[in-house]
Formats: sequence, structure tokens, C-alpha cells
Amino acid sequence: MKTLLRYAPLLILAIGWELVARLELVSNDALPPLTQVATAWLDLIRDGDLVPNGLASLWRGAAGLGLAIAIGGALGILMARWKAVNVIFGPLVEMFYPVPKSALIPVTVIWLGMGNGSKILLIALGCMIPVTIGAFNGARAAEQTLIWSARSMGADRLRTLWDVVMPSALPELLNGIRTALALAFILLVSSEFIAAQDGVGYLISSLGDDGNYASMYAVVLTVALCGFAADRLYQMFMQRMLIWRL
Amino acid sequence: MAQIVVDRVRHIYRPPRGKPVPALEDVSLEVREREFLALLGPSGCGKSTLLYLIGGFLPVEGGGIAVDGKPVAAPGPDRGIVFQHFALFPWKTVRGNILYGLERQGMAPAERQRRAQQFIDLVGLRGFEDSFPSHLSGGMKQRAALARTLAFDPKILLMDEPFGALDAQTRHLMQTELLGIWRRTPKTVIFVTHDVQEAVYLADRVAVMSARPGRIKSIVDIKLDKDDPNVFKAKAFVDQVDAIWGLVKEEAIKAQGVHGAPTGRAS
Repeated sequence: MKTLLRYAPLLILAIGWELVARLELVSNDALPPLTQVATAWLDLIRDGDLVPNGLASLWRGAAGLGLAIAIGGALGILMARWKAVNVIFGPLVEMFYPVPKSALIPVTVIWLGMGNGSKILLIALGCMIPVTIGAFNGARAAEQTLIWSARSMGADRLRTLWDVVMPSALPELLNGIRTALALAFILLVSSEFIAAQDGVGYLISSLGDDGNYASMYAVVLTVALCGFAADRLYQMFMQRMLIWRL
Repeated sequence: MAQIVVDRVRHIYRPPRGKPVPALEDVSLEVREREFLALLGPSGCGKSTLLYLIGGFLPVEGGGIAVDGKPVAAPGPDRGIVFQHFALFPWKTVRGNILYGLERQGMAPAERQRRAQQFIDLVGLRGFEDSFPSHLSGGMKQRAALARTLAFDPKILLMDEPFGALDAQTRHLMQTELLGIWRRTPKTVIFVTHDVQEAVYLADRVAVMSARPGRIKSIVDIKLDKDDPNVFKAKAFVDQVDAIWGLVKEEAIKAQGVHGAPTGRAS
């Protein structure tokens, strides 16, 4: 009942959408009825359009985000603990921070072509920033006495990085990754709009070009739902990881 | 031969901003094996700094510190430490915290579990093994921290105002327990405090430090029957507290004078 109530606004929106379209308050090109969108969605599944394109996008997003987490996490922690690393990479991160990452789409295409490589690189570069900043801030706040405690129990410097600094940085790092997750969706779809031969972004733009608006809406809604579900799942994961803070 | 030898140690504190301040000047000190020594002094006198130098957490820049004849170069499991704010790993349970040190010592898993439980019982935390530190009271946190350090059996116990963050009742309880534990498992203890009564009650010897830059002003042998349940009212206790308080007071006033000129306001 409670869940039903929480999603009631969505239900009202869906009914409103259907009504507005059926009564042709706006043209059906601009807003096809939701039921028609649902039929189009089933067609897309049956014709084998949605799943392969979805999987292509999933692979790019996961690979790009994975790289961003691994590299950005390590970079942020090292920057926080070693001055030399911070001196070298700090200014680069700061300069790269305000650059609209979508501006790099043509650059990555020139470097790596129309395929997976350019998308993965773009997502990795863009998502690295929030991950690095989260890891950096978290690692910098690691308490000295915790590090000293571990050292006196026999952990060497490298070991304390993993055993103390990493978990200390975790809350901020996980928040950074959440931002990166949302950013990955944005960069994925927009890069596939511009230069791709498959993927959900490509599917949306090609369906739109063909005037196939109900199908286009079906894909847009699918991507939106996936983004929502990914964030929800991630939040549940985060709560599990940070259970010691409650 | 003394177990810990501090020989003419100097230390300069360099704040991130502002000019360097001499924190310790020509500090010499010898601590015997299984002795309980209190380091007493006004805040800012460098007593914690001296403890961190012995622990190997800060580099020795002037003079020398040796433990068992070997110069101190880095932290090591021969010197366990307990901090004022517990320094428990917040992401580990009480048991996890205690197991960590044993794991680092390379102890076998079954032996680790057995030993962790033994020290959980020793500090009276049975039933809280699987609690995270955020769920514990200050006193319980400090018990857990004490158990963690005792469990890996360091020869030397460094304690940095360990009961300073606890309320008066809990502090007194912990003092008595620490004394009991120390008698059963004798270790060399260096106990930093600014509480004169605490120092006199716990220690065999009290080293009084001067205001910054810190020096050892004098070392007082404590003679006290600690088994006396009314030890705090005993004349010997009161007299020794008074004598040491006299030494500390001068330094405390000096320390105040360094930090700010009298304003003439009634306090």
C-alpha cells in the first residue's frame, strides 16, 4: 500500500499522458498515447532492436564506469596521501573539472573511431572526475590515529593505504561513484546520438529521424527507467557497504 | 638496564601555517621494564609528542630514543598505543578491531578467534563483540581499544590521555581496571595525562614536564598502598598529590602566560 502510494504520482502522470494524447490536446507526433508507446516497446523487443542495442550500451557504460572507478579511486587516494602525486595530477583534475565532457565526443571519435572505444574512453574520462574528487576528499580526512594504530599493529605503509585509508574514504568515494553513475548515462546516450552504429542512443536518434515517435518514446522511457533502477540499486548497495555508520 | 632510554630529545613542531615552535628541548628519561610511568604536564607541553616519538610515529630529529637497546625508527608491535579518542576502526566490529592486530601478527585463524574472545571477556565486553564502535558508549569504546592493544601483547603500552574523554565515574572505573589488568599482565606503561590524581593513583613514578618547550622538570617516586579501598583519602595519597600539584601549577601558569597576556577581566 505504501509503495503504491509512493508511485501514485507516476500513475497519475501516465493517465494524464494517455488522456492528453487521446484527446489530441497536442499532436500525436509530439506525444503519442502511452498505450501506443507500450505496443511499440513490445514490437521493439520482438523485432530484436531493443535488446542488442541495450546490451551494446550496457557494455560501454559498464566498461567506462569500471575504468573510472578503478583509476579515479586509486588516483584520488594516492593524491591525498602523496604530495608528489597531488602536485602532478591536482592541477590536471582541477582544469578538467569544468570542461563539459560532451565537448570531448568528437575528440574521442577522432582518436578511437565510431565503435566502443570512443564511448568507453569518454565515459571513463568524464566519470573519473567525481570518483577522483570523492576518493581524494575521503582519503584526506582519514584519521592519523587510525593509521598509527594500524602501523603499531604491524601494518606497513602500503597496507595501511588499503586497510585504513580506503575504508576511511569509502563514504565520500561511494557518493562520488553515485554521481559518476548518473553521468555515465548522460555521456553514454549523448555520445551514441552523435557518432555510433548501435546502442540505445543511436536507436533513439534513428527512430526519431524516421518519424517513428512512439518507438522513440519507448526507448527513451526504457533508458529513463534503467537510470532510475540503477540509482536505486546503487543506493541499496551503498547502504550495505556503510552499515557501520548507522 | 632501562628498557626505554630517551636521550636529550629535541623536537620542533612545524604547523602547516606559521612559524616552527620548539616542542621538546633536551628531554632525557629512562623507563624500566614493567614500570608504570605517568607523564604529567600542562596542555601543550609536548607530553603527547614525546609519546609519539617513543611510538615511532614521529621522526626523531634531535637526540635519540632506544627501546631494548635498539634505536626507534618506526612503529612496531612491541609498542602498543591507546589514544584519547579510541582510534577504533569504525567499519569493523569490536571483534573485528581486535582480530585486525592478531591478523597482522600472522596468528592462525582459530587462535585469533580464541584470543580475541579472551580479551573481549577481560575488558567486560561480552555480548558486544559484534557491535560497531558507533553503537558503543565512550567507556566501552575505550575498553575495546584497550583490548585491541593488549591482545597482540606488546611489551610496552603507550597511553595518550586514554581516559580524558570519559565522564568522571567511567574514568575512575577504568583507572581501577587498568591497574588490575596491569598487575595481572605486567607491561611497561607510559601514561600521558594532565590529571594529577590519576597520575599518582596509577603510576610508580610521575615525570612532571615543564611548559613549552617541554622538559622533564622532575621525577617523583610514588609510594602508595593501592590495595587500600580508601586510597584516595589516605594521607600519603593526598600529600603526594599536593606535592606534585605544586610542581605542575607553576608550569600551568607559565603555559597560560605564554598563550595570552592577562586581560584584567575577572574569570
